[in-house]
Formats: sequence, C-alpha cells, structure tokens
Amino acid sequence: MSRLQAKLAGILPALFLVFIYPVLCHAQENYFITYTHNMEEPGTLELSSKSVSGMPRNGNSFIGNALEFEYGVKTWWTSELYLDGQTTFGESTLFTGWRLENRFRPLLREHWINPVLYFEFENINSADKSLLEIVGHDGISDFLSRNDRSEKEREAELRLILSSNVKGWNISENMIAEKNLAAEPWEFGYAVAASRPLSLIASPNPCVLCRENFSLGAELYGGLGDRYSFGLNNTSHYLAPTLAFRMPNGPSFQISPAAGLNKNSHGMLLRFGVSYEFNQFASLWRSR
Amino acid sequence: MKRARIFLLALCAVLSATLLLAAAGDGLWVTRVPEKDRARANPFAGNASAQAAGAKLFKQNCASCHGDDAFGKDHHPSLHSDRVRNATPGELQWLLSNGSMKNGMPSWSRLPEQQRWQIVSFLKSLQNADAQMAIKSDK
Repeated sequence: MSRLQAKLAGILPALFLVFIYPVLCHAQENYFITYTHNMEEPGTLELSSKSVSGMPRNGNSFIGNALEFEYGVKTWWTSELYLDGQTTFGESTLFTGWRLENRFRPLLREHWINPVLYFEFENINSADKSLLEIVGHDGISDFLSRNDRSEKEREAELRLILSSNVKGWNISENMIAEKNLAAEPWEFGYAVAASRPLSLIASPNPCVLCRENFSLGAELYGGLGDRYSFGLNNTSHYLAPTLAFRMPNGPSFQISPAAGLNKNSHGMLLRFGVSYEFNQFASLWRSR
Repeated sequence: MKRARIFLLALCAVLSATLLLAAAGDGLWVTRVPEKDRARANPFAGNASAQAAGAKLFKQNCASCHGDDAFGKDHHPSLHSDRVRNATPGELQWLLSNGSMKNGMPSWSRLPEQQRWQIVSFLKSLQNADAQMAIKSDK
C-alpha cells in the first residue's frame, strides 16, 4: 500500500498536467522552506510537487517528495494538505505520512511587515525525508541509518511568518517552533528569504521566456536547537539560491541548490518544485 | 497532560482572535483610501504599451474571477461599474495593493508596483469602447 501511494505521489502531477492543463494558471511560490504573506486566492486550488535530493556521505542517496494541495479558503485563510514519500537508493520507496497546515493573516491590509500565523499538524514517521523545515538538531546523521518507519512522529509546528513586498522585492522571515507530541521538547528553527522578479515591468507582448516571468532570490534556513539546548551548537544550516519560472497561464517551476554551511549539514541538497493552480476550483466543480 | 491542555487552550485562543480580527475587516474600500494614495498619479497614464501589458496581466491574474471581458463572473463584480469608472488611478492602485479581504478581493502586492499600475492603465482603458472591442476580438 505504501509503495502504491508513493508511486501515486509521482504519477498524479503528470496526470494533472496532461488532462487538466487548459484550466491551469500560474502559482506564486518562490521559496521551498520560507513562507511569505501571500495567501492563496479564495476558491483556488494549487497542486505542487516539491522534491529534494541529497547524497549524504556514508549514506545512500535519496529523493524526498511532498505532494501539496493548497486551497484558498478565504483571502486571509489558506489550508494545505501534504502527502510525503521518499525513495532511498538501495533501500526502499515509502509513503512516510501526511501534514495538515493552516495559515491565517490577521491584518487585512498591506503593511511594511505583514504577519501570518501558521499551524501545522504532522503525522509522519522517522523515514520521512521531505525536509520541509529544519529545526532543533536536525542534521545529516538522521540520514545515515536505513529506512525505518517504526517511530511515529506526531508533531505540531507553529510559525510566525513576517513578510514584506517592497519595491519589487519580497523579504520574508519565519520563526519556527515544533513539538513532537510524544513528550519531547520544543525545537526551534528559522528561515529567511528574499527574491525579486528579473523585470518589474511587464512586456506588452505575449511571451513565455520574458524576464518578468523569472524570479531570482535566496533562502537561508536552519535549526536553533531545542528548549534545553537553544543555540547553534550541533545544528545544521543551508544557504540556497532560488530560481522560479512562471509559465503564463501554465505551471510554475522552482529550483534551488542548497549548500550546507557546517559539518552537520548535507553538503548539497537539490530542490525542485512544480506547481499548478486551478483557478476558482470550487466554481469548476459546481459547473459540472 | 496539563501542559497539553494549556497548549490546546492557547492554540484555540490564538485561532479565535485571528478569526475575530478577520471578521472585523474593512467594508467599503473606497472610503478607506488615504488621501495621499487617492491623489497618486499613474506614471503610465496614456501609455498604450502599458495598457496592453495591463491587459495581459489582467488575463493572467484577474480574469479567472472578473471574467475575460471584466464584466464579472459568478459572484465576482464587474469592473465596468460606476465605482471603478469613477475611482481615481490612485484608489485603484491602493485596492490592488491592499485588496478588500473581507469582500473576497485578495491583495496583489506580490505583483511589483509597476505591474499594478499597468493593470490600472488597463482598467481605465475599459471606459473606452474601442478597448472593450479589442479585448473581445483578442479572445
């Protein structure tokens, strides 16, 4: 069952691309770890696949994948469901669990800094390698043992998202607190990012490869220890340039090679994402 | 166990506060526009190229709700209304930047300001019947 689910996580995006392409519209994601205050438009469903691959020294190479369903419930409320899976070469392909998250934007106007409150519940196992956040003492040592699903990780994750759109730049900061509900201490992490479209002015002509459709930026993220050992000691950190390409009236693609900044980090992680938006998804459903 | 209860209570309190704040959002957006924003001039006013770019941006970002011809769709309003026709460019720019979130209009601050002005140029060009015909023939 788990292998079937993991295979479906790879096949579903392709099916959507082939059969529902005409109603797709572009997505807004620029980053992999950092959230911005840009919420999903109400009634819109975004389907994303976020992959990360790594080659840990003394361990087997892996590809982690998170299939994401993001829905704009209200202008100030976005809800998401993630299905996680991973393949570790020479070991196995596994479905590793699910996550449910909600983001709320308390201030209904644009400010210099816009806060968003984020709540996530994760029901994953210890074989999860989607690396959607780095917290506590997460590090490369977690990836050196063979796939083991025996440990359930039911976790609550809270984020304070602070984000600004200034002169074409998006600048976002996330403060992350995560708790395994099985009586483990709170773990902390951070993510900061900035990006900008290559052109702030749109071309009057229809174009695919014009500069306004590309965004370039960078992310910095890592762990900050836990309640009993807060700080940078024995934590991992990454610096990752990001490139996003939005195909007009089509899918968006993101790529981000992340460089580990200390010996506890992976030397290099390569992230790749593809997103599709189904505008006014609820209306499409009603009309059928 | 006690800690878990406190955590759940705190979570409920934060969620409730968020929902209450959101429910108390703004209504008639035009009346909320600050004077300095209302008076802002469109740097692309009268620029045909900006109107064309605005039309393209409109199709990419706005048409799914407001319709390809901007006459509205489902419960989303027409942009040929008197309110939009009489709005100053500065007021439209403010609306695009801030949205009218209580009424379902999201903020488009993710678009660079220049692109929002291009959309304003297009919205203003809707008053021109020729521009409307051009959109229909473009479909």
